[in-house]
Amino acid sequence: MSPATLTPEPAPAAPRAPLTKKALTADHPTWCPGCGDFAVLASFYRVLERLQYPQEKIVTMAGIGCSSRFPYFVNTHGGHFIHGRSLPFSAAISLSRDDLHVFAFGGDGDGFSIGGNHLVHTARKNIRMTYVIMDNSVYGLTKKQTSPTSPVGFKSKTDPTGAIDQPINPMRTLINSGATFVARSHATQVNHMTEMMERAARHDGFSVVEILSECVEFYEGAFDAGNPRKGGQFRLIENHDTSDLVAAYRLASEPWPGVFGVFYEASRPTKNKLEAELISKARERTKGASDLELLQASFRKAR
Amino acid sequence: MTYMTIPATISGGPSIFQVRMGTGDILSAGDQADLLVAFYQDSYENHIGFLRPGGVLLYDADHVKPDPEDRRFTAVGLPITSRTVEAVGGSSKDKGKNLFVLGLLARLFELDVAKLTGLIRDRFGGRAEDIVRNAMLAFDAGYGYPTDGLRACFFRLEGPQVSAGGRPQVTLDGNTALTYGLIAAGVRYGAGYPITPWSSIMETLRTELPKYGGTFVQTEDELAAIAYALGFAYSGHLAVTGSSGPGLSLKMEALGWATMAEMPVIVINVQRGGPSTGLPTNVEQSDLLQAIYGSHGDSPRVVLAPRNVEECFYVALEAARIARKFSTPVIILTDQGLATRIEAFDEPNLEALMANPSVDLAERGADFKPYPLDSITRHAPPGARIASGKYPTVSGLEHDELGHPSGNPQMHQKMTEKRREKLRTLAGEVPVPEVYGDPEGDVLLVGWGSTWGPIREAVGRLRADGAQVGQLHLTQINPLPLGLGEIFRRYRHVLVIEMNDQGVYGFGQLAMLLRASLALAHIDSVAKTDGLTFKVSEIVDGVNRRLSLNGHGARV
Repeated sequence: MSPATLTPEPAPAAPRAPLTKKALTADHPTWCPGCGDFAVLASFYRVLERLQYPQEKIVTMAGIGCSSRFPYFVNTHGGHFIHGRSLPFSAAISLSRDDLHVFAFGGDGDGFSIGGNHLVHTARKNIRMTYVIMDNSVYGLTKKQTSPTSPVGFKSKTDPTGAIDQPINPMRTLINSGATFVARSHATQVNHMTEMMERAARHDGFSVVEILSECVEFYEGAFDAGNPRKGGQFRLIENHDTSDLVAAYRLASEPWPGVFGVFYEASRPTKNKLEAELISKARERTKGASDLELLQASFRKAR
Repeated sequence: MTYMTIPATISGGPSIFQVRMGTGDILSAGDQADLLVAFYQDSYENHIGFLRPGGVLLYDADHVKPDPEDRRFTAVGLPITSRTVEAVGGSSKDKGKNLFVLGLLARLFELDVAKLTGLIRDRFGGRAEDIVRNAMLAFDAGYGYPTDGLRACFFRLEGPQVSAGGRPQVTLDGNTALTYGLIAAGVRYGAGYPITPWSSIMETLRTELPKYGGTFVQTEDELAAIAYALGFAYSGHLAVTGSSGPGLSLKMEALGWATMAEMPVIVINVQRGGPSTGLPTNVEQSDLLQAIYGSHGDSPRVVLAPRNVEECFYVALEAARIARKFSTPVIILTDQGLATRIEAFDEPNLEALMANPSVDLAERGADFKPYPLDSITRHAPPGARIASGKYPTVSGLEHDELGHPSGNPQMHQKMTEKRREKLRTLAGEVPVPEVYGDPEGDVLLVGWGSTWGPIREAVGRLRADGAQVGQLHLTQINPLPLGLGEIFRRYRHVLVIEMNDQGVYGFGQLAMLLRASLALAHIDSVAKTDGLTFKVSEIVDGVNRRLSLNGHGARV
């Protein structure tokens, strides 16, 4: 957005080797064996292998939670911010650095509970970035408390007799918030998950993929109903106009385990683009004056 | 110098606007008025006590009936309302009375009419043409009103002087000066949430930054505002966020992250009366300890406070310098009085001061470590290639030198020391503030922030009364510059003047910090929390009261 403030990067000396999973692998994940998040990580490597962005131009951000350890396991620039606030942090990266590809990862607590307000506002601003919510319907890092997506009746340490509060419906929340790409997948369906993340990354706007990712320690079998190998049904969205907001909302309201795929996709100017237009208009008005001349003019008015 | 008192009401209420004029240094808003303009009976009754005996009361004879028995003042009644209506004509009612009086005052004090009328055109220029015309009609009517008898009551001001440096004078309020300072310092990105009296900074940045190729984001809340600022910082920009008291509290968790991740960022707190919603449009200095010690964990902070409008500009440059050099958050504490006060000062030499806002995307060497133990952290923003092929993750978890999470007890100890030692280095770099007045003797008056002017005037009065008095003013409050103890020991009493409460231990917030860090028992407090700036007489009285209470010995 602001080429004036970026120093030119040195041109790479030689053509680059393709970006591979090997180059993208960092610390060994600290997740429990069998955790659904391993599959999300593997799919993300595949997405980046397909997209072939320059490695230093990829940013992997997260908040707090099991899934939010993600950036430590991806060898790109990245950050581990505070609980629930990875979206405004990532939005600032996207807004001030048009040369970067920004991905944020987090769980259901990070996205729908402590960071719920940020999710809604980042979506309505339509910041160009991709947000992957690894939903396990439980607080895993803190060892089994009720989460905003835990179903009624779920027994946890904070609801020993079963959860009584109605859970959030992630798809309905996201469609309503103004996100311009909303998709849902299942961590056991690797090809589907990879396709959803890739489409999200290619979307020009705020794209969100919710992935049902099982916590084998604290909520085993949570998503079996969507897993054919566990006797469930992985129902794909078919014959759906993804630009139809009402139809998307209707799909999102289907009974558990619901359907999977792209619920909603729209083309709306990103805040990145709108801010860039404000800048170019402001610069037209000031006839491209230098920073020094601009500030001098402000002081002259105050004489 | 001006001083505004604004009610914290939605639909308006009595507003007070004080102006102190002179051709020398103007240090405070003054204790008493020479001239009071009363538009309504309420303003007459509530503020007549502020007029010095022998002063001039100018009142709107259409609305105000002054006490005929009160002979302390020269009371002059003018039909301000009817003359304004007559001048403007039509159905405009009495709008424009303030401009009528401005015209009158311009005549009385021989102010620069061309400049004033230019400002009126600027102010109303964007609106319908008849609004500008009516404003000018009211101003002209006031200017033309016969006042010859009155003019003899006042001194004539000399023409504006060009200062020794030969730079022209500019007139700005504190918030605008601070905003321009940020721009000069190379800040091109920021984020905030509206709160009085911080909002005007974010409004100006929102308008100005796009001209410079940057932007300012109005966020959903205070938490997002600092998250955006840190995201901008992570991207390689020097960024700003800000707020007032309660908003700073909301930013504390993220500030803890900024300390742990060692991210440079500037955070402004335009203090107001607290706690909670408190006195949103009044002045107080009660956020000092919040700024230094708020947040969880051991989180060493840099805290700066400007003393006047001019220093609002320069403190932004200093904050930027420190944030960049030490890769740390820096908090600037100003206050409501300073934010809205208008003062004249020498135009800064921008050619020499403008900082380069570019992002450093040069490739980092194979030995790059995001958190080296033996040197200050130099953040590598995304887009920079890392020769080793190992890309860094900035982290709120305790980490090792490469940024990997580490729960190792020795590592936490070492990293805590590292974050603390860079502030100690900074403390050693700041020059000890110069003492004004007597270099030793009876009392040293210590202050921070906007109390500088009234304290300086108080030093003059106390010395005139025969006491040996010095003044020391701190712009960098944390870390404190070294060498203060030596200076403090040259005085029998050290009194810290602050606009906050003496608290349960009997000392204001800076006094407490100084006592704790210097272990000197003769440091005491003159503190108040009435939501108004210090009058010079309040400081003089406070000092005398403390000295008579304490006798010659120090309270231990």
